[in-house]
Amino acid sequence: MAAAEDALGDALVSALEAWPRVGIPANPDAWLLAAARRRLVDASRHAKVEAAAAPALEMLLGRVGHADVTDAVLSDERLKLLFVCAHPAIDDAARTPLMLQTVLGLDAARIASAFLVAPATMSQRLVRVKAKIRDAGIRFDVPEPGELASRVDAVLEAIYAAFGSGWDDVAGADPRRRGLADEAIWLGRLVARLLPGEPEALGLLALMLHCEARRLARRDTHGRYVPLDQQDVTRWSRAMIDEAEQVLAAAASAGRPGRFQLEAAIQSAHTRRAVTGRTDWEAIALLYEGLLLCGATIGARVGQAAALARARDAAAGLAVLDEIPLDSVLTYQPYWALRAHLLKRVGRPAEAGESYARAIGLSEDSAVREFLAAESGA
Amino acid sequence: MKYTILVYESTADFTARTDGARRDAYWGAYRAYTKALADAGVMVGGAGLQPPPLATTVRLRDGKRQVQDGPFADTKEQLGGYYVIEVPGLDQALDWAARCPSASSGSVEVRPNLSM
Repeated sequence: MAAAEDALGDALVSALEAWPRVGIPANPDAWLLAAARRRLVDASRHAKVEAAAAPALEMLLGRVGHADVTDAVLSDERLKLLFVCAHPAIDDAARTPLMLQTVLGLDAARIASAFLVAPATMSQRLVRVKAKIRDAGIRFDVPEPGELASRVDAVLEAIYAAFGSGWDDVAGADPRRRGLADEAIWLGRLVARLLPGEPEALGLLALMLHCEARRLARRDTHGRYVPLDQQDVTRWSRAMIDEAEQVLAAAASAGRPGRFQLEAAIQSAHTRRAVTGRTDWEAIALLYEGLLLCGATIGARVGQAAALARARDAAAGLAVLDEIPLDSVLTYQPYWALRAHLLKRVGRPAEAGESYARAIGLSEDSAVREFLAAESGA
Repeated sequence: MKYTILVYESTADFTARTDGARRDAYWGAYRAYTKALADAGVMVGGAGLQPPPLATTVRLRDGKRQVQDGPFADTKEQLGGYYVIEVPGLDQALDWAARCPSASSGSVEVRPNLSM
Protein backbone atom coordinates (compact mmCIF):
# COMPACT_ATOMS: atom_id res chain seq x y z
CA MET A 1 0.00 0.00 0.00
CA ALA A 2 2.85 2.38 0.86
CA ALA A 3 4.40 1.80 -2.55
CA ALA A 4 1.05 2.46 -4.20
CA GLU A 5 0.80 5.74 -2.33
CA ASP A 6 4.31 6.61 -3.47
CA ALA A 7 3.39 5.91 -7.06
CA LEU A 8 0.31 8.07 -6.74
CA GLY A 9 2.46 10.81 -5.21
CA ASP A 10 4.88 10.56 -8.13
CA ALA A 11 2.00 10.78 -10.55
CA LEU A 12 0.80 13.95 -8.87
CA VAL A 13 4.23 15.46 -9.12
CA SER A 14 4.49 14.55 -12.79
CA ALA A 15 1.02 16.02 -13.28
CA LEU A 16 2.27 19.28 -11.80
CA GLU A 17 5.10 19.23 -14.26
CA ALA A 18 3.00 18.27 -17.28
CA TRP A 19 -0.24 20.16 -16.84
CA PRO A 20 1.10 23.67 -17.24
CA ARG A 21 2.59 22.52 -20.55
CA VAL A 22 -0.15 20.33 -21.98
CA GLY A 23 -3.20 21.63 -20.15
CA ILE A 24 -5.27 19.88 -17.53
CA PRO A 25 -6.91 16.73 -18.87
CA ALA A 26 -10.70 16.44 -18.81
CA ASN A 27 -10.67 13.81 -16.09
CA PRO A 28 -7.63 14.54 -13.92
CA ASP A 29 -8.12 11.64 -11.54
CA ALA A 30 -8.35 9.01 -14.26
CA TRP A 31 -5.25 10.55 -15.80
CA LEU A 32 -3.47 10.42 -12.45
CA LEU A 33 -4.37 6.80 -11.90
CA ALA A 34 -3.12 5.90 -15.34
CA ALA A 35 0.07 7.83 -14.65
CA ALA A 36 0.44 6.20 -11.24
CA ARG A 37 0.06 2.75 -12.74
CA ARG A 38 2.68 3.61 -15.34
CA ARG A 39 5.06 4.90 -12.67
CA LEU A 40 4.55 1.82 -10.56
CA VAL A 41 5.21 -0.46 -13.49
CA ASP A 42 8.33 1.57 -14.33
CA ALA A 43 9.44 1.47 -10.74
CA SER A 44 8.95 -2.28 -10.38
CA ARG A 45 10.75 -2.87 -13.62
CA HIS A 46 13.71 -0.63 -12.93
CA ALA A 47 14.11 -0.49 -9.18
CA LYS A 48 12.64 -3.90 -8.34
CA VAL A 49 10.14 -2.46 -5.91
CA GLU A 50 8.54 -5.23 -3.85
CA ALA A 51 6.07 -7.16 -5.93
CA ALA A 52 3.51 -6.49 -3.21
CA ALA A 53 3.09 -2.91 -4.34
CA ALA A 54 1.62 -3.76 -7.71
CA PRO A 55 -1.35 -5.70 -6.30
CA ALA A 56 -1.98 -2.89 -3.83
CA LEU A 57 -2.34 -0.38 -6.60
CA GLU A 58 -4.32 -2.84 -8.68
CA MET A 59 -6.63 -3.17 -5.70
CA LEU A 60 -6.97 0.59 -5.55
CA LEU A 61 -7.63 0.62 -9.26
CA GLY A 62 -9.95 -2.37 -8.97
CA ARG A 63 -12.02 -0.60 -6.34
CA VAL A 64 -12.48 2.38 -8.55
CA GLY A 65 -12.78 0.59 -11.87
CA HIS A 66 -13.98 2.83 -14.65
CA ALA A 67 -13.16 6.48 -15.08
CA ASP A 68 -16.47 7.84 -13.76
CA VAL A 69 -16.35 5.77 -10.57
CA THR A 70 -12.69 6.65 -10.22
CA ASP A 71 -13.46 10.27 -9.64
CA ALA A 72 -15.93 9.75 -6.80
CA VAL A 73 -13.96 7.21 -4.79
CA LEU A 74 -10.54 8.78 -5.21
CA SER A 75 -11.93 12.22 -4.44
CA ASP A 76 -13.39 10.92 -1.23
CA GLU A 77 -10.09 9.36 -0.18
CA ARG A 78 -8.15 12.50 -0.95
CA LEU A 79 -10.63 14.67 0.89
CA LYS A 80 -10.21 12.50 3.98
CA LEU A 81 -6.45 12.81 3.64
CA LEU A 82 -6.69 16.62 3.50
CA PHE A 83 -8.81 16.64 6.65
CA VAL A 84 -6.39 14.36 8.49
CA CYS A 85 -3.47 16.63 7.57
CA ALA A 86 -5.24 19.70 8.99
CA HIS A 87 -6.69 17.95 12.03
CA PRO A 88 -6.96 20.18 15.15
CA ALA A 89 -4.82 17.71 17.13
CA ILE A 90 -1.93 18.38 14.77
CA ASP A 91 0.36 21.34 15.40
CA ASP A 92 -0.50 24.26 13.07
CA ALA A 93 3.04 24.47 11.77
CA ALA A 94 3.07 20.80 10.75
CA ARG A 95 -0.20 20.78 8.80
CA THR A 96 0.98 22.31 5.55
CA PRO A 97 4.20 20.28 5.35
CA LEU A 98 2.24 17.10 6.04
CA MET A 99 -0.26 17.95 3.32
CA LEU A 100 2.48 18.70 0.82
CA GLN A 101 4.18 15.43 1.59
CA THR A 102 1.21 13.08 1.71
CA VAL A 103 -1.08 14.62 -0.90
CA LEU A 104 1.52 15.93 -3.33
CA GLY A 105 4.48 13.70 -2.55
CA LEU A 106 6.98 16.56 -2.13
CA ASP A 107 10.17 15.58 -0.35
CA ALA A 108 11.03 16.93 3.08
CA ALA A 109 14.08 18.86 1.85
CA ARG A 110 12.05 20.87 -0.65
CA ILE A 111 9.35 21.59 1.94
CA ALA A 112 12.03 22.61 4.44
CA SER A 113 13.52 25.12 1.99
CA ALA A 114 10.13 26.62 1.20
CA PHE A 115 9.40 27.16 4.88
CA LEU A 116 12.94 28.18 5.84
CA VAL A 117 13.35 25.31 8.27
CA ALA A 118 16.41 23.06 8.63
CA PRO A 119 15.84 19.88 6.52
CA ALA A 120 16.64 17.60 9.48
CA THR A 121 14.11 19.48 11.63
CA MET A 122 11.45 19.19 8.93
CA SER A 123 12.00 15.42 8.56
CA GLN A 124 11.73 14.98 12.33
CA ARG A 125 8.53 17.02 12.47
CA LEU A 126 6.95 14.94 9.71
CA VAL A 127 7.91 11.69 11.38
CA ARG A 128 6.61 12.93 14.74
CA VAL A 129 3.30 14.10 13.32
CA LYS A 130 2.70 10.80 11.54
CA ALA A 131 3.39 8.95 14.78
CA LYS A 132 0.88 11.21 16.48
CA ILE A 133 -1.78 10.46 13.87
CA ARG A 134 -1.22 6.75 14.46
CA ASP A 135 -0.91 6.86 18.27
CA ALA A 136 -3.74 9.29 18.89
CA GLY A 137 -5.96 7.29 16.56
CA ILE A 138 -6.90 10.32 14.45
CA ARG A 139 -9.64 9.06 12.18
CA PHE A 140 -9.36 9.03 8.43
CA ASP A 141 -12.75 10.63 7.94
CA VAL A 142 -14.74 13.53 6.59
CA PRO A 143 -15.88 15.60 9.62
CA GLU A 144 -19.48 15.69 10.83
CA PRO A 145 -21.60 18.58 9.50
CA GLY A 146 -21.41 20.33 12.89
CA GLU A 147 -17.63 20.72 12.79
CA LEU A 148 -17.22 20.81 9.02
CA ALA A 149 -16.89 24.60 8.72
CA SER A 150 -14.01 24.94 11.20
CA ARG A 151 -12.29 21.87 9.80
CA VAL A 152 -12.57 23.24 6.26
CA ASP A 153 -11.00 26.50 7.49
CA ALA A 154 -8.01 24.56 8.81
CA VAL A 155 -7.56 22.83 5.43
CA LEU A 156 -7.77 26.16 3.59
CA GLU A 157 -5.33 27.84 5.99
CA ALA A 158 -2.85 25.05 5.41
CA ILE A 159 -3.13 25.43 1.63
CA TYR A 160 -2.74 29.20 1.85
CA ALA A 161 0.38 28.74 3.98
CA ALA A 162 1.86 26.70 1.13
CA PHE A 163 1.07 29.54 -1.28
CA GLY A 164 2.92 32.08 0.85
CA SER A 165 5.48 29.56 2.14
CA GLY A 166 6.13 31.62 5.22
CA TRP A 167 6.50 35.00 3.55
CA ASP A 168 5.08 38.00 5.33
CA ASP A 169 3.97 39.63 2.16
CA VAL A 170 2.74 37.26 -0.54
CA ALA A 171 2.05 40.11 -2.94
CA GLY A 172 5.61 41.42 -2.76
CA ALA A 173 7.53 38.18 -2.96
CA ASP A 174 10.20 37.80 -5.58
CA PRO A 175 8.68 36.10 -8.63
CA ARG A 176 11.80 33.98 -9.04
CA ARG A 177 11.25 32.54 -5.61
CA ARG A 178 7.86 31.13 -6.32
CA GLY A 179 7.84 28.95 -3.27
CA LEU A 180 5.07 26.44 -3.65
CA ALA A 181 2.55 28.67 -5.42
CA ASP A 182 1.78 26.15 -8.18
CA GLU A 183 1.34 23.35 -5.68
CA ALA A 184 -0.93 25.51 -3.52
CA ILE A 185 -3.10 26.49 -6.48
CA TRP A 186 -3.33 22.84 -7.46
CA LEU A 187 -4.48 21.96 -3.95
CA GLY A 188 -6.86 24.93 -4.03
CA ARG A 189 -8.45 23.65 -7.22
CA LEU A 190 -8.68 20.18 -5.76
CA VAL A 191 -10.38 21.28 -2.56
CA ALA A 192 -12.75 23.63 -4.42
CA ARG A 193 -13.79 20.69 -6.57
CA LEU A 194 -14.07 18.28 -3.63
CA LEU A 195 -16.14 20.72 -1.55
CA PRO A 196 -18.40 22.45 -4.06
CA GLY A 197 -20.71 23.69 -1.29
CA GLU A 198 -17.98 25.63 0.52
CA PRO A 199 -17.70 29.23 -0.77
CA GLU A 200 -14.52 29.80 1.24
CA ALA A 201 -12.74 27.10 -0.77
CA LEU A 202 -13.63 29.05 -3.92
CA GLY A 203 -12.60 32.27 -2.17
CA LEU A 204 -9.15 30.88 -1.45
CA LEU A 205 -8.73 29.73 -5.04
CA ALA A 206 -9.78 33.16 -6.35
CA LEU A 207 -7.35 34.87 -3.95
CA MET A 208 -4.40 32.75 -5.05
CA LEU A 209 -5.23 33.19 -8.74
CA HIS A 210 -5.42 36.97 -8.35
CA CYS A 211 -2.02 37.10 -6.61
CA GLU A 212 -0.49 34.73 -9.13
CA ALA A 213 -1.88 36.75 -12.07
CA ARG A 214 0.30 39.69 -11.05
CA ARG A 215 3.49 37.79 -10.37
CA LEU A 216 5.35 38.94 -13.49
CA ALA A 217 4.47 42.59 -12.90
CA ARG A 218 6.10 42.66 -9.46
CA ARG A 219 9.47 43.30 -11.04
CA ASP A 220 10.26 45.61 -13.94
CA THR A 221 12.42 44.53 -16.85
CA HIS A 222 15.54 45.45 -14.83
CA GLY A 223 14.46 43.25 -11.92
CA ARG A 224 13.46 46.18 -9.73
CA TYR A 225 10.58 45.83 -7.26
CA VAL A 226 7.33 47.47 -8.37
CA PRO A 227 4.61 48.12 -5.76
CA LEU A 228 1.10 46.93 -6.63
CA ASP A 229 -0.38 50.36 -7.40
CA GLN A 230 2.40 51.12 -9.87
CA GLN A 231 2.44 47.81 -11.70
CA ASP A 232 2.09 47.74 -15.47
CA VAL A 233 -1.37 46.22 -15.89
CA THR A 234 -0.48 44.86 -19.32
CA ARG A 235 1.87 42.46 -17.55
CA TRP A 236 -0.95 40.96 -15.48
CA SER A 237 -2.32 37.62 -16.68
CA ARG A 238 -5.75 38.39 -18.13
CA ALA A 239 -6.71 34.70 -18.29
CA MET A 240 -5.90 34.11 -14.63
CA ILE A 241 -7.75 37.26 -13.54
CA ASP A 242 -10.83 36.22 -15.54
CA GLU A 243 -10.79 32.81 -13.92
CA ALA A 244 -10.35 34.36 -10.46
CA GLU A 245 -13.32 36.66 -11.05
CA GLN A 246 -15.53 33.77 -12.17
CA VAL A 247 -14.53 31.68 -9.17
CA LEU A 248 -15.14 34.59 -6.79
CA ALA A 249 -18.56 35.27 -8.33
CA ALA A 250 -19.49 31.62 -7.83
CA ALA A 251 -18.37 31.86 -4.19
CA ALA A 252 -20.33 35.06 -3.60
CA SER A 253 -23.53 33.52 -4.96
CA ALA A 254 -23.65 31.29 -1.87
CA GLY A 255 -24.25 34.39 0.26
CA ARG A 256 -21.83 33.28 2.99
CA PRO A 257 -18.88 35.66 2.99
CA GLY A 258 -15.72 34.78 4.86
CA ARG A 259 -12.08 35.63 5.26
CA PHE A 260 -10.80 34.22 1.97
CA GLN A 261 -13.66 35.65 -0.10
CA LEU A 262 -12.96 39.08 1.42
CA GLU A 263 -9.25 38.80 0.73
CA ALA A 264 -10.03 37.76 -2.84
CA ALA A 265 -12.43 40.70 -3.14
CA ILE A 266 -9.63 43.06 -2.03
CA GLN A 267 -7.37 41.64 -4.73
CA SER A 268 -10.22 41.87 -7.22
CA ALA A 269 -10.67 45.56 -6.34
CA HIS A 270 -6.97 46.19 -7.04
CA THR A 271 -7.37 44.39 -10.35
CA ARG A 272 -10.15 46.77 -11.44
CA ARG A 273 -7.43 49.34 -12.11
CA ALA A 274 -6.72 47.46 -15.34
CA VAL A 275 -10.23 48.42 -16.50
CA THR A 276 -10.99 51.75 -14.80
CA GLY A 277 -7.48 53.19 -14.59
CA ARG A 278 -7.91 53.98 -10.89
CA THR A 279 -8.03 52.15 -7.55
CA ASP A 280 -11.07 52.51 -5.31
CA TRP A 281 -9.25 52.81 -1.97
CA GLU A 282 -12.45 53.53 0.01
CA ALA A 283 -13.88 50.20 -1.15
CA ILE A 284 -10.65 48.44 -0.27
CA ALA A 285 -10.59 50.04 3.20
CA LEU A 286 -14.16 48.85 3.72
CA LEU A 287 -13.27 45.30 2.68
CA TYR A 288 -10.39 45.33 5.17
CA GLU A 289 -12.87 46.48 7.81
CA GLY A 290 -14.91 43.37 7.02
CA LEU A 291 -11.78 41.23 7.10
CA LEU A 292 -10.95 42.53 10.58
CA LEU A 293 -14.42 41.44 11.72
CA CYS A 294 -13.50 37.89 10.65
CA GLY A 295 -10.66 37.91 13.18
CA ALA A 296 -7.95 40.56 13.34
CA THR A 297 -4.59 39.64 11.94
CA ILE A 298 -1.65 42.03 11.83
CA GLY A 299 -1.61 41.75 8.04
CA ALA A 300 -5.24 42.93 7.78
CA ARG A 301 -4.60 45.88 10.11
CA VAL A 302 -1.59 46.98 8.08
CA GLY A 303 -3.59 46.53 4.86
CA GLN A 304 -6.40 48.65 6.26
CA ALA A 305 -3.93 51.35 7.29
CA ALA A 306 -2.47 51.43 3.78
CA ALA A 307 -5.93 51.70 2.18
CA LEU A 308 -7.08 54.45 4.56
CA ALA A 309 -3.88 56.39 3.94
CA ARG A 310 -4.72 56.39 0.23
CA ALA A 311 -8.46 56.95 0.59
CA ARG A 312 -8.07 59.82 3.09
CA ASP A 313 -4.61 60.91 4.15
CA ALA A 314 -1.36 59.59 5.57
CA ALA A 315 -2.35 60.63 9.11
CA ALA A 316 -5.43 58.38 8.98
CA GLY A 317 -3.19 55.44 8.05
CA LEU A 318 -0.70 56.26 10.80
CA ALA A 319 -3.50 56.40 13.35
CA VAL A 320 -4.38 52.78 12.52
CA LEU A 321 -0.72 51.71 12.74
CA ASP A 322 -0.34 53.46 16.11
CA GLU A 323 -3.07 51.26 17.56
CA ILE A 324 -1.16 48.05 16.79
CA PRO A 325 0.83 46.84 19.84
CA LEU A 326 4.52 47.25 19.10
CA ASP A 327 5.56 43.83 20.38
CA SER A 328 3.39 42.15 17.73
CA VAL A 329 5.24 43.86 14.85
CA LEU A 330 8.86 43.68 16.00
CA THR A 331 9.81 41.57 13.00
CA TYR A 332 6.87 42.24 10.67
CA GLN A 333 8.44 43.94 7.64
CA PRO A 334 5.26 45.31 5.93
CA TYR A 335 4.39 47.30 9.08
CA TRP A 336 7.76 49.10 9.08
CA ALA A 337 7.73 49.70 5.34
CA LEU A 338 4.28 51.31 5.49
CA ARG A 339 5.09 53.22 8.66
CA ALA A 340 8.23 54.65 7.08
CA HIS A 341 6.34 55.71 3.97
CA LEU A 342 3.55 57.39 5.94
CA LEU A 343 5.92 59.16 8.37
CA LYS A 344 7.74 60.59 5.38
CA ARG A 345 4.46 61.80 3.87
CA VAL A 346 3.39 63.61 7.07
CA GLY A 347 6.77 65.33 7.31
CA ARG A 348 8.48 63.40 10.11
CA PRO A 349 11.72 62.56 8.26
CA ALA A 350 13.85 61.50 11.24
CA GLU A 351 11.32 58.89 12.39
CA ALA A 352 10.73 57.87 8.78
CA GLY A 353 14.45 57.18 8.40
CA GLU A 354 14.43 54.95 11.49
CA SER A 355 11.47 52.99 10.17
CA TYR A 356 12.99 52.66 6.69
CA ALA A 357 16.15 51.20 8.24
CA ARG A 358 14.01 48.80 10.24
CA ALA A 359 12.05 47.72 7.14
CA ILE A 360 15.22 47.29 5.07
CA GLY A 361 16.82 45.23 7.83
CA LEU A 362 13.79 42.93 7.95
CA SER A 363 13.58 42.39 4.16
CA GLU A 364 14.77 39.12 2.72
CA ASP A 365 14.57 40.31 -0.84
CA SER A 366 17.38 42.47 -2.19
CA ALA A 367 15.03 44.13 -4.75
CA VAL A 368 12.75 45.21 -1.91
CA ARG A 369 15.75 46.47 0.08
CA GLU A 370 16.86 48.57 -2.88
CA PHE A 371 13.35 49.95 -3.42
CA LEU A 372 13.08 51.01 0.22
CA ALA A 373 16.57 52.50 0.26
CA ALA A 374 15.74 54.59 -2.82
CA GLU A 375 12.42 55.69 -1.29
CA SER A 376 14.04 56.65 2.01
CA GLY A 377 16.60 58.76 0.23
CA ALA A 378 14.23 60.41 -2.22
CA MET B 1 19.42 29.73 22.60
CA LYS B 2 22.45 31.55 21.28
CA TYR B 3 23.32 31.16 17.60
CA THR B 4 26.12 32.57 15.51
CA ILE B 5 25.28 33.84 12.05
CA LEU B 6 28.41 33.49 9.91
CA VAL B 7 28.35 35.87 6.99
CA TYR B 8 30.15 34.50 3.93
CA GLU B 9 30.65 37.05 1.21
CA SER B 10 31.52 36.80 -2.46
CA THR B 11 34.38 38.75 -4.02
CA ALA B 12 31.76 41.13 -5.42
CA ASP B 13 30.47 41.76 -1.87
CA PHE B 14 33.96 42.57 -0.61
CA THR B 15 34.61 44.99 -3.47
CA ALA B 16 31.18 46.60 -2.92
CA ARG B 17 32.44 47.80 0.46
CA THR B 18 34.68 50.40 -1.18
CA ASP B 19 33.19 50.70 -4.68
CA GLY B 20 31.90 54.24 -5.26
CA ALA B 21 28.66 53.14 -6.94
CA ARG B 22 27.77 50.28 -4.60
CA ARG B 23 29.25 51.36 -1.28
CA ASP B 24 26.17 53.15 0.04
CA ALA B 25 23.82 50.28 -0.78
CA TYR B 26 26.19 47.75 0.81
CA TRP B 27 26.68 49.59 4.10
CA GLY B 28 23.07 50.79 4.19
CA ALA B 29 21.84 47.20 4.00
CA TYR B 30 24.16 46.01 6.79
CA ARG B 31 23.42 49.00 9.01
CA ALA B 32 19.69 48.35 8.57
CA TYR B 33 20.08 44.63 9.26
CA THR B 34 22.12 45.29 12.39
CA LYS B 35 19.56 47.84 13.56
CA ALA B 36 16.69 45.40 12.97
CA LEU B 37 18.50 42.77 15.08
CA ALA B 38 19.10 45.27 17.87
CA ASP B 39 15.55 46.72 17.76
CA ALA B 40 14.05 43.23 17.92
CA GLY B 41 16.13 42.62 21.06
CA VAL B 42 17.94 39.54 19.74
CA MET B 43 21.43 40.93 19.21
CA VAL B 44 24.14 39.65 21.54
CA GLY B 45 27.24 40.77 19.64
CA GLY B 46 29.23 40.43 16.48
CA ALA B 47 31.79 42.05 14.25
CA GLY B 48 32.49 42.89 10.66
CA LEU B 49 35.85 41.64 9.43
CA GLN B 50 38.40 43.21 7.12
CA PRO B 51 38.66 41.39 3.76
CA PRO B 52 40.55 38.05 3.38
CA PRO B 53 43.80 39.53 1.97
CA LEU B 54 44.34 41.08 5.40
CA ALA B 55 44.09 37.68 7.09
CA THR B 56 47.10 35.87 8.51
CA THR B 57 46.85 32.16 9.30
CA VAL B 58 48.99 30.45 11.92
CA ARG B 59 49.58 26.71 12.36
CA LEU B 60 51.87 24.70 14.59
CA ARG B 61 53.05 21.45 12.99
CA ASP B 62 55.53 19.17 14.71
CA GLY B 63 56.47 22.04 16.94
CA LYS B 64 57.20 24.29 13.96
CA ARG B 65 55.34 27.49 13.33
CA GLN B 66 53.81 28.00 9.92
CA VAL B 67 52.58 31.52 9.26
CA GLN B 68 50.76 32.18 6.01
CA ASP B 69 49.37 35.30 4.40
CA GLY B 70 45.67 35.08 3.68
CA PRO B 71 42.75 33.05 5.01
CA PHE B 72 42.96 29.42 6.15
CA ALA B 73 41.35 28.15 2.96
CA ASP B 74 41.05 29.78 -0.42
CA THR B 75 37.36 29.45 -1.16
CA LYS B 76 35.04 31.43 -3.44
CA GLU B 77 33.17 32.89 -0.49
CA GLN B 78 34.96 34.11 2.58
CA LEU B 79 33.98 34.99 6.11
CA GLY B 80 33.11 38.69 6.17
CA GLY B 81 31.69 39.01 9.64
CA TYR B 82 29.44 37.38 12.21
CA TYR B 83 26.54 38.11 14.50
CA VAL B 84 25.71 36.36 17.76
CA ILE B 85 21.98 36.35 18.42
CA GLU B 86 19.72 35.00 21.14
CA VAL B 87 16.42 33.56 19.90
CA PRO B 88 14.01 30.81 21.04
CA GLY B 89 15.20 28.25 18.47
CA LEU B 90 16.70 27.38 15.11
CA ASP B 91 13.57 28.40 13.16
CA GLN B 92 13.90 31.99 14.35
CA ALA B 93 17.66 31.94 13.80
CA LEU B 94 17.06 30.89 10.17
CA ASP B 95 14.51 33.72 9.75
CA TRP B 96 17.23 36.17 10.73
CA ALA B 97 19.83 34.45 8.56
CA ALA B 98 17.57 34.81 5.50
CA ARG B 99 17.35 38.57 6.06
CA CYS B 100 21.13 38.98 6.13
CA PRO B 101 22.20 40.80 2.94
CA SER B 102 24.77 38.15 2.04
CA ALA B 103 22.01 35.48 1.90
CA SER B 104 21.20 36.76 -1.60
CA SER B 105 24.77 37.33 -2.79
CA GLY B 106 26.90 34.87 -0.79
CA SER B 107 25.94 32.43 1.95
CA VAL B 108 24.92 32.58 5.55
CA GLU B 109 25.69 29.78 7.96
CA VAL B 110 23.89 29.37 11.25
CA ARG B 111 25.46 27.44 14.16
CA PRO B 112 24.21 26.96 17.67
CA ASN B 113 26.77 28.27 20.17
CA LEU B 114 28.28 25.84 22.65
CA SER B 115 27.24 26.71 26.15
CA MET B 116 30.36 27.16 28.25
